[in-house]
Amino acid sequence: MRSRPFRTPPWCPRPPRARPQRRFSARSGQRLSSRFRAPAAALGLLPFAVYVLLFLALPTLIAVVTGFIGADGGFTLDTLAALGNPIVLNAFGSSVWLSALTAVIGAVLGALVCYALLGARPDGALRSTVDSLSSVIAQFGGAMLAFAFTATIGIQGMVTVLLRDTFGIDIFADGVWLYELPGLVLPYIYFQVPLMVITFMPALASLKVTWAEANATLGGTARSYWLRIALPVLAPSFLGSLLLLFANAFSSYATAATLISQGAQIVPLQIRSALTSETMLGRENLAGALALGMIIVMSVVMTGYARLASRAARWQR
Amino acid sequence: MSRRDGRGLNTAGGVAHAPTRLMRTVILVSVGLVFAIPILAMVEFTLRRGLAGGYDLHRWTDLFQGGLTGAYRPVLAALGNSLGLAVGTVAIVLVLLVPTMLLVHIRFPQLRRVLEIICILPISIPAIVLVVGLAPVFSVVARLAGSGVWTLAFAYGITVLPFAYRAIQANLDGVDVRTLSEAARTLGAGWASVLLRVLVPNLRRGILAGSFIAVAVVLGEFTIASLLSRVNLQTALVVVGKNDPYSAVILSLLALLAAFVLLLAIGRLGSERRRSTAAPAPTPLTRSGDTP
Repeated sequence: MRSRPFRTPPWCPRPPRARPQRRFSARSGQRLSSRFRAPAAALGLLPFAVYVLLFLALPTLIAVVTGFIGADGGFTLDTLAALGNPIVLNAFGSSVWLSALTAVIGAVLGALVCYALLGARPDGALRSTVDSLSSVIAQFGGAMLAFAFTATIGIQGMVTVLLRDTFGIDIFADGVWLYELPGLVLPYIYFQVPLMVITFMPALASLKVTWAEANATLGGTARSYWLRIALPVLAPSFLGSLLLLFANAFSSYATAATLISQGAQIVPLQIRSALTSETMLGRENLAGALALGMIIVMSVVMTGYARLASRAARWQR
Repeated sequence: MSRRDGRGLNTAGGVAHAPTRLMRTVILVSVGLVFAIPILAMVEFTLRRGLAGGYDLHRWTDLFQGGLTGAYRPVLAALGNSLGLAVGTVAIVLVLLVPTMLLVHIRFPQLRRVLEIICILPISIPAIVLVVGLAPVFSVVARLAGSGVWTLAFAYGITVLPFAYRAIQANLDGVDVRTLSEAARTLGAGWASVLLRVLVPNLRRGILAGSFIAVAVVLGEFTIASLLSRVNLQTALVVVGKNDPYSAVILSLLALLAAFVLLLAIGRLGSERRRSTAAPAPTPLTRSGDTP
């Protein structure tokens, strides 16, 4: 982010023609500060700061801290040790596996769609339709997606019935997997691809025609353009988007919660059962420990994302 | 649309080496078909006549002829809740976020990076983690302000922060807010009229887009409402889906369509601006998940 210095420092030589204008703005700048002093202005930041503290910082802090509070209210590392429980480790493993798989498939498919959209006019009907559709599908997970996939590959789903009656293929021959972990793969891909389109398209659109011209002038071909210029420039953006997709799947709850009503195969569902379980005392703290685990994974992923995003930003604009 | 210039360089839409029209059609049509299948399956599902087989429209007509009463009343009430929450969330964006962004932009440019980080942060904190910490916060809120569903707007304000920030910041970057407010100030305007009569009209598109995205996010939200045991559109759809999957699917389809139309309108809004000013394309406003 650029921050433009408002007044040129006094040691800077000033161009003669800019003089009247500079004087004007310097005077009004003075006026601004005399009428509206910094402490008063800083007071204006207070409402937002209080809001963010109460509803973002405090909840995050509580979520992390409850992981360290035992059933007796004292400090403990016991619940944290619960993170080493095989069931919990298994859930983390499944979450990571599911997120990685759907992120890779989603990223590749999404990048392909972005590539196909390259030739379309940026303000044309095709682009804006795909943009809006992607936004809707990426936002509207949850119930809608669970219904959609029950209707598609549920026991009486359209595709299930079609495959069974027409081709004699029973996709549930080995048992109904839709309401288990493998059943989440297709719905997750369904919201991963649109997210990839949303996040990767700006990177593809920022490829400059001049680079291709330089490549052509030097005798390069389309192949050398993609291999030597476009792909290296796009690599950080692609990896960044991939990480974002991973984070998206890892933190996603609604689809799994509506599709899987029993058991807790992934971490968000374990948090659900820890939060809603009334049979065991101190489970709330397990939710805290699980939340801490998720925050750790997410901060690693998002740090990587920020690094890659700043590298990618070099080539955009 | 694609053309070859003198050097044999294939450019289309200002992009070099874009795929050919055939290639583009093949990719988009095949991916589009795969993505259409679940939606088609939902439509097919609602048209089924029952055990006898065959299709008709009776579930759709029943739903509307019944006047959305009886079994569907909860969904209608939940839609009311969600719309109320959307209004509340937009109010938070307008009253808390926009003035703060302007103040930081004009008076505290050194804080811009900090504000950006704060606003983008909620993307990296899963809603389910937020709920773990929000539960105790909301029990306090319930004691102070009651447990009305509207209190959820405080939580939603946080979840829409990244999207709203991106939309408004994209607009803010393209407008010389500083000069505008100085000009207005030198002409004798008070701060209130600078804000309401100069800055807000100039940032109308960004603010509008941010608000629309906030509405879309709130209408699609499930996690927080479900775990804090409040009723909103999505949680009600799940409840209805357990007893009457057909109506739930019809209502989901309608919600999906409404959100699509809403976002398409925003997209058009963004591209209209690009066409009219011929300025370098700003970050398209529907790109909600886009973080810097």
